[in-house]
Amino acid sequence: MSTPNVSLSSLDTLWFQVAGTVCNLACTHCFISCSPTNHTHEMMDLATVRTYLEEAATLGVKETYFTGGEPFLNPDMEAILEAALAFGPTSVLTNGLLLDPERCRRLSGLSERSDYSLDLRVSLDGYTAEEHDAIRGAGAFGRALEGIRNLHSAGLNPVITVTEVYDENGSVAGKQRFFDLIAGLGITRPRLKMMPVFQIGAEAERHAAYESWQRLSETDTPEGGWDHLQCSNSRMATGQGVWVCPILVNEPSGKMGERLADTLGDFPLGHSACWTCHVYGVSCRT
Amino acid sequence: MSNRVPEDDEVKRERAADKAAERARLVAHRGLATWGEKLVPLGDFRRAAAESGSVLTPAQRAAAGEALLAQCEDSTPIEGPYDRIAVCGGIYNNHLALAAFLDRARAEGAEALYCLGDLGGFGPSPEKVWPLLVDAEVRVNQGNYEQSLASGREDCNCGYTDPRDNHFARLSYEYTARGCSSDFKSWMGQLPARRRVLVGDRELLLVHGSPRRVNEFLFETATSTAYLEGLLDQEGADGILCTHSGLHWHRRLPSGRDLVNVGVLGRPANDGTPRVWYAVLESTSDGLGVHLTPLDYDHQALAAEMRSEGLPPEFIATIEGGWWTTCLEILPAKERGRGRF
Repeated sequence: MSTPNVSLSSLDTLWFQVAGTVCNLACTHCFISCSPTNHTHEMMDLATVRTYLEEAATLGVKETYFTGGEPFLNPDMEAILEAALAFGPTSVLTNGLLLDPERCRRLSGLSERSDYSLDLRVSLDGYTAEEHDAIRGAGAFGRALEGIRNLHSAGLNPVITVTEVYDENGSVAGKQRFFDLIAGLGITRPRLKMMPVFQIGAEAERHAAYESWQRLSETDTPEGGWDHLQCSNSRMATGQGVWVCPILVNEPSGKMGERLADTLGDFPLGHSACWTCHVYGVSCRT
Repeated sequence: MSNRVPEDDEVKRERAADKAAERARLVAHRGLATWGEKLVPLGDFRRAAAESGSVLTPAQRAAAGEALLAQCEDSTPIEGPYDRIAVCGGIYNNHLALAAFLDRARAEGAEALYCLGDLGGFGPSPEKVWPLLVDAEVRVNQGNYEQSLASGREDCNCGYTDPRDNHFARLSYEYTARGCSSDFKSWMGQLPARRRVLVGDRELLLVHGSPRRVNEFLFETATSTAYLEGLLDQEGADGILCTHSGLHWHRRLPSGRDLVNVGVLGRPANDGTPRVWYAVLESTSDGLGVHLTPLDYDHQALAAEMRSEGLPPEFIATIEGGWWTTCLEILPAKERGRGRF
């Protein structure tokens, strides 16, 4: 069974592992096992991010995304967002715990001063404290809702990101419950992004690891090729170089080079997580 | 008497175990790296990462970047040159706005008329736009709607997260699919995906979504200038005209080239007014003149026809009030914030 290769058709989306794997939570479903003590990847500083943004401008990148870990643990984060928003549209994936009213007002100012959209994506894994906190730790639900309210009060409309860590989250009724929850916070323009789980990192232990058949082979190649996969049009910059995608940053084999220009070639879809992206049509983009 | 049920010992033990497990997770990685599911010394991960991937020379990097944005071959014939053209976007069955556009564009002296696709959906009586387009010799691009209808797809393939959006998308697609004859659908099937038109000495590429994907949304606040410069380099064009997102905008790039989203005739621009938008492009002494143009039409008559066709009140409210009520999740943060819903 031979492993198919995906080629890069264009570099539309540039991700940043801006907080490394450092987080103020240690979620049981985290596909890269982030925690307060996980320094597999370190935080990125403004100068490093700038270097990649400058290179991105020469390669025609459309948008940037920032994740971690928890991005707002990074002391440079707001300066980094200002630089990113001068370049193009920018999204931040956060657990919502560090979104106090002051920070939300500053973020709103950054958004207003840019011609581009700033999107804050806040994660909720359950629509009750009991469900959410079982994954994310005691008190996480209440603090995330407070962060969402603070964003809303500051004029920013977050995208609520929900993983299908509970099967019913992905159902029509499950999605409706999240829309109702958001509406209940007084948000009149609710926005929701669903994500499947990747059975790697902490999630492999919480639920189940991949089985050996969950791999892609040449025979899986769709008629139109692999252009539906995000690795055909995005890359992930970290403090240790550039990886193929946001999912595989804890696999050294996912690293493709030091600069973006090193990483414009093919990548083998040899990891089980590639199977999830293909079968579920995943994109980490909003 | 308290009506709280006392926790039994088992529940207490479980809760204590959960807390202990959470504490353990918070400190589990001291001095260690997570390599997939394994815990390894940090140095092992760092070394393996340092050795992975390729490192090109500066010259190779420059060549790789150039290759990524190298000009594509495109055998699309070039139409024109014209001094002035008028271009409309998605019509969404709005035959009354289309008729108003045809009158206005002729009166404004447009030498050629273009439509960038998405003829159906949303509005009433899908077949009515066809003779208007043919009689006025409008040159039409194939949008994703035409692609779906011509190939017999069962839905418009929008794939929304919101069940309510999927409901409305399916409803309007099925209504349009039922109302289009097989001749009309075959006609849609032979429409080209792209056209090249000279306005003065400026070569414009006309597409539906983007030059790369028929269903790519180009919104003003979600599209970097670097991206547009790259697209224009690849296409070897002086400007790109597109629609699909439903909102009109224009950016003159630092290179002097243009991106024009011509908007749509099918529904208002989520601005609280019933008017719709199209674009006039004209040759000027210093290059290209771009005029995004609002258009009033008999929206009350359209609303009445939609009612008699049994179309959803949510759609009619948009035609009358100018605010989008459905399929809103495609909007970036800023465009979403400008609307009412």
